[in-house]
Amino acid sequence: MAQTTRDLLVDPMVDNNPITLQVLGICSALAVTSSLTVSAVMALAVTLVTGFSGFFISCIRNQIPSSIRIIVQMVIIASLVILVDQVLKAFAYEISKTLSVFVGLIITNCIVMGRAEAFAMKNPPVASFMDGIGNGLGYSLILLMVGFVRELFGAGTLFGITILPSVNNGGWYVPNGMLLLPPSAFFVIGLIIWAFRAWKPEQVEKREYKIQEAEAH
Amino acid sequence: MSDIQPTAPKGPIGRFLALPPDSTPKTIFVAVALCLFCSMIVSVAAVSLRPVQEANSLVDKRKNILEVAGVYEPGMNVNDAFGAFEQRILEVSTGEFSEEISVEGFDDIQSANDPELSRELTNDIAGIGRQPNFVTAYLLKDEAGELDKVVLPLWGYGLWSTLYGFVAIEEDGNEIYGLQFYDHGETPGLGAEVDNPNWKSQWQGKKLTDSTGELRITVAKGNPSADMIDHHIDALAGATLTSVGVDNLVKFWMGEQGYAPFLVKLQQGGL
Repeated sequence: MAQTTRDLLVDPMVDNNPITLQVLGICSALAVTSSLTVSAVMALAVTLVTGFSGFFISCIRNQIPSSIRIIVQMVIIASLVILVDQVLKAFAYEISKTLSVFVGLIITNCIVMGRAEAFAMKNPPVASFMDGIGNGLGYSLILLMVGFVRELFGAGTLFGITILPSVNNGGWYVPNGMLLLPPSAFFVIGLIIWAFRAWKPEQVEKREYKIQEAEAH
Repeated sequence: MSDIQPTAPKGPIGRFLALPPDSTPKTIFVAVALCLFCSMIVSVAAVSLRPVQEANSLVDKRKNILEVAGVYEPGMNVNDAFGAFEQRILEVSTGEFSEEISVEGFDDIQSANDPELSRELTNDIAGIGRQPNFVTAYLLKDEAGELDKVVLPLWGYGLWSTLYGFVAIEEDGNEIYGLQFYDHGETPGLGAEVDNPNWKSQWQGKKLTDSTGELRITVAKGNPSADMIDHHIDALAGATLTSVGVDNLVKFWMGEQGYAPFLVKLQQGGL
């Protein structure tokens, strides 16, 4: 096998990050990153679902008829997501209320489907599991970075603990309310992608067109 | 890349497994087997976790009752603090407390589906179909043992979902202390802003009726006229239908079909 376990885990963190390079899973990254606790739970849920869906799909990959393979993948992913949702409702009720529909929407998270179709259908179970966990961690990394920025500067707290005492509570920090609204995640993700591509220029896509040089008259 | 290379399939099962995955029988078999397996896993999880989930949702409901009455503090033991409330069964149509039904195990929402305990609505502005004849009222008394606030359940249809909530009314039977929803499926960011603390805080101090006893409480857009200031709740921007739903359900439950008989008794001090 060409890729070692370490490659499978580490590669999607920076070099092949699902959010910054593949630009997948943006919608949930916008919705759930207003606080770090919620981001962390969402990140954990997505990582587990990508890992185990890769594992199970890979286990039966030789038996999956290609005509219904997407449906089979969806059924496995959906079952895992429902499991996660039920467990959250039982053991983290408050957070599951905040995450509301977004746990269910992990089913449609492009990262999960993308790894199932691109990797788990062609590779053995353990490698697929590692690939899923790696991509989940790549997603988690960005989610936590965005959540960190948004909660720290939007509310002056981290994991609900006050870091920058806000004016409303008698401190000095004026919270930037925009960071608590979903559109701010676009700016933060955009800045992260910029930073990643400045650091690793090979991630910059080639231009799809080239402006014609003006001909001399 | 195939893991198993079957050499000579034996018996009917062996021959079946050796069929190429794309053959029709194999496709149907895989689909059925997978569905059965997954549905079993999901239902086992749902059934085995249900008691924990129900305990959670009870605590959450109690927390909402504490919040709406303004006695909740973060980190407090919800079940202990809830002991401050006296629970009584209220007969909606007469506004009298009933002793016929035990508070223990009584569920307002479930009894709305019981034909013995509910009635079908003809003028159903809240969109709830059936209204229970009895609900649980939560009475909060102050240190002197005098009635301080009454918390009553209310629910109604918004845009996508039924909103379930509580209203806390002061002992005068007219002034709202708070109103909030503990369960709904409205659009996050728009209709779900009914949970926004700033929006919820508008309810505090609003009067249900004017001096003539007419029900005036309204959720609407725009600036209220001078005589409506005490009764006006600003609607949610971008969530017209949720706001209309909240308006309707508040008017329904505070009106003649709802708690009006009980509130009139409160106003007259006849409790």
